[in-house]
Amino acid sequence: MTRTAEQQQKAATTRRNWALSAPALLVLALFASGPLLIVLVYSFLRPGSYSGVEWEFTTEAWQGIFLTRDIFDGTLGWADAHLSIFWRSVKLSLTTTILTFAFGFPTAWFIATRPARARAFWLFLITIPFWTNLLIRTFAINEVIRNEGLMNTVLIKLGVIAEPIRVIYTDTAVLIGMTYVYLPLMVLPLFAAIDRFDMKLLEAGYDLYASRWQVLRRVVLPIVKPGIVAGSILVFVPSLGAYVTPRVLGGGKNMMIGNFIELQFGQGRNWPLGSALAMLLLLIVMVALLVYVRAATKGAPQGGH
Amino acid sequence: MSQAATAAVAVEGRNLVKAFGQGNAAVRALDDVSVTIAKGEFFTLLGPSGCGKTTLLRLIAGFESPTSGEILLDGRDITALPPNRRPVNTVFQSYALFPHLTVAQNVAFGLQMLGKPKAEVSATVERMLALVKLEAFAARRTSQLSGGQQQRVALARALAPAPQVLLLDEPLSALDLKLRKEMQTELKRLQTETGITFVFVTHDQEEALTMSDRVAVMSAGQILQTGTPRQIYTRPANRFVASFIGETNFLTARISGGAAHLAGGVIPLPAGTADTASATLAIRPEHLRLAPPGTPGALTATVAHSVYFGTDSHLHLRLADGAELVARQQTSADGAAGPEPGAEVGVMIAEGAVQVLQE
Repeated sequence: MTRTAEQQQKAATTRRNWALSAPALLVLALFASGPLLIVLVYSFLRPGSYSGVEWEFTTEAWQGIFLTRDIFDGTLGWADAHLSIFWRSVKLSLTTTILTFAFGFPTAWFIATRPARARAFWLFLITIPFWTNLLIRTFAINEVIRNEGLMNTVLIKLGVIAEPIRVIYTDTAVLIGMTYVYLPLMVLPLFAAIDRFDMKLLEAGYDLYASRWQVLRRVVLPIVKPGIVAGSILVFVPSLGAYVTPRVLGGGKNMMIGNFIELQFGQGRNWPLGSALAMLLLLIVMVALLVYVRAATKGAPQGGH
Repeated sequence: MSQAATAAVAVEGRNLVKAFGQGNAAVRALDDVSVTIAKGEFFTLLGPSGCGKTTLLRLIAGFESPTSGEILLDGRDITALPPNRRPVNTVFQSYALFPHLTVAQNVAFGLQMLGKPKAEVSATVERMLALVKLEAFAARRTSQLSGGQQQRVALARALAPAPQVLLLDEPLSALDLKLRKEMQTELKRLQTETGITFVFVTHDQEEALTMSDRVAVMSAGQILQTGTPRQIYTRPANRFVASFIGETNFLTARISGGAAHLAGGVIPLPAGTADTASATLAIRPEHLRLAPPGTPGALTATVAHSVYFGTDSHLHLRLADGAELVARQQTSADGAAGPEPGAEVGVMIAEGAVQVLQE
C-alpha cells in the first residue's frame, strides 16, 4: 500500500519536474538543437537544381568538401581550393587570437592598475565599439587602409612613401579588421583576471631575484591564465566563422570559411555542401576547444581560496 | 648590551629622505633619517601607522628609491640597485605567497631565480621546510594552509636564498593573539639559528620589546630614539617615546633646588637637574606606591577610581591641582580591595623613577 503511494508520489514529482522544465527544453529544442538538426539533415541531401534540397540521401556533400571531380576527365582529386580556405581560416583566426592577446594584455593591465573611477571610464571606452554596427565599423577600417584612404594619403603627403601601400583586400587587411573587432573580447576577461591579481606578488617575485621578465612569465601569466584561456576562446571561435570582416576587407578572393559557406547558399546554390561545411566548422571549433582547454588547464591550481 | 658599537655594520641608511607627491602637496614619509643596523642584530622599527617605518623598510628592500640619501649594505652603496639584485629578502604583511605554486615551489622560487643547481635547490628547500616545521606540507597549495602556516612558508621562502638581511613588514599582525605569541618565539629562534640580520617593522610595542636587540622608535618620518628595549623603556628620550612605549604619567612641575615642586608635594630629583619654571616629569605607573596619607616624602592625592586587572589594579589618582596620575598596585595575596574612591592617600615614588623630559 505505502509502496504504491510512494510510487505515485514519485511519478507526480517526475511529471511536475518535466512540466517545469518544459519551457526551457522547448526553447532549447526550437532554437539550439532544432536548427542544428536541420543543418545536419540537409548536409546528407542532394542539392536542388535552383536552390533548396531534394529529399534523397547522399554523402556527396561531405565528399565534396575534400574531393572534387575534374570537369574534363571526371577523375576525383583533392579539393585544394576548399582545403586552402580552411587552412587560411585557421591561420588567420590563430593569428588574430595572438594579436589580440599582444595588444589586449597591456591594455587590460593598464586599465586594471588605474584607480577605481578611471577604470570605469577606460572600460567604457573599450565597450563603445560594441554599440556600433559591425558592418559600419568594418567599412570605417576599409576607409582607413584602402589605397586612397586615410593612411596612404597621409603617408604620401608626408613624403614617407611614393606609391600607396596595398593593404586592402589582403590577408593583412582581414587580420587588422578582425584584431580590431575582437580586441574587446580579449581585453574584458583579461581585465577581470588581472583585477583579481594581487599586485604584492610582483614585489614578492622581484624581491626573490626574478627579473621583470621572469616575474611576468613565472608569476603573472600563470596566475592570470584563466583570463587568457577565456579571452582566447572568445576571440578564436567567432574569428573562425567570421563573415563580414573577410568579406569587406578581404575582397572576394581571400575567403574564410564563413564566406565560403555563404557562397553555397547564394551563387553556389549548393545547400547540402554549405550545411556540411557548417557542421565541419562546428566540429573543428569543438576539437580545437577541447585540445586547448586540456592543454591550458594542465598543472593549473586546484580551486581558489 | 651595545653590540652595535662593536659588531660590523649590516645596513646603513644615510640622511634618507622620501617624499611622496609633488610641490607643496609633497609629504615627507621619511625626513632625514640615518640608521645603522649591526650584523646579526634583531633590529625593530617601531612606531604608529604612517610614521615612515614601512617606507624605510621598502627603501632597504628596493621597492622605493629615496628622494635623497643613500643606503649601504655591508659597506656597499646599493641605493641604485633594483630589488632583484639586492641580497635582501622580505616577509610581507600579507605574506604574498604565490597561489599557483606549492609550498615547496614557493620556497624554491628565489633559489631558482638565482640559478642554483637543482640538487642544491631541493636540499635547501628541504632544510628550510624543516626549519619552519612544515616538512609534511611541501606538496600542498598555499591556499590550503592556515594563517600561521602561510606565515611560516613566507619565512622559509625569504630565508631560503640566505639573504644578508631579512626584512619583516608587520608579519604577525594578521595572526590571532595566541599564534602571535608563538610566532614571536619562533622568529627569535630562527634569527638566532640562522644568524641573519632581521629588520622588523611593527606598531606593537610589546612585540618590539620582547624580540629586539635594538629598537628604533619612529614618528612623523623621523627616528626619535634608538636603543635596547631596556634603554627606551627606562630612559625614553622624549614625551612621544615615553607615551608610545608602555604607560606613563606625565606631570607638569616647577624645578628648583634639585627638586620638583607640584600640587601634592615635592619630589627629589637627581643632583644637577637645572631649574625651570615648567618641566614635564615622566613616571611609570609601576613605580608608584601607596602609603598612608601624611607619610614623609609622599605626595598627597585623592583616589578617583580604580580598575581591577587580576594580577594588578590601576588606581587613578588626582592631585590637588587636578592633575591625574595612575598607580599600578599588585594584587595582594589575601585579595584585599584597595582604597575606595574619594579616599585620601599618600603616593611614594621609587628612587630614580622620575624622568625629566626635554620638550
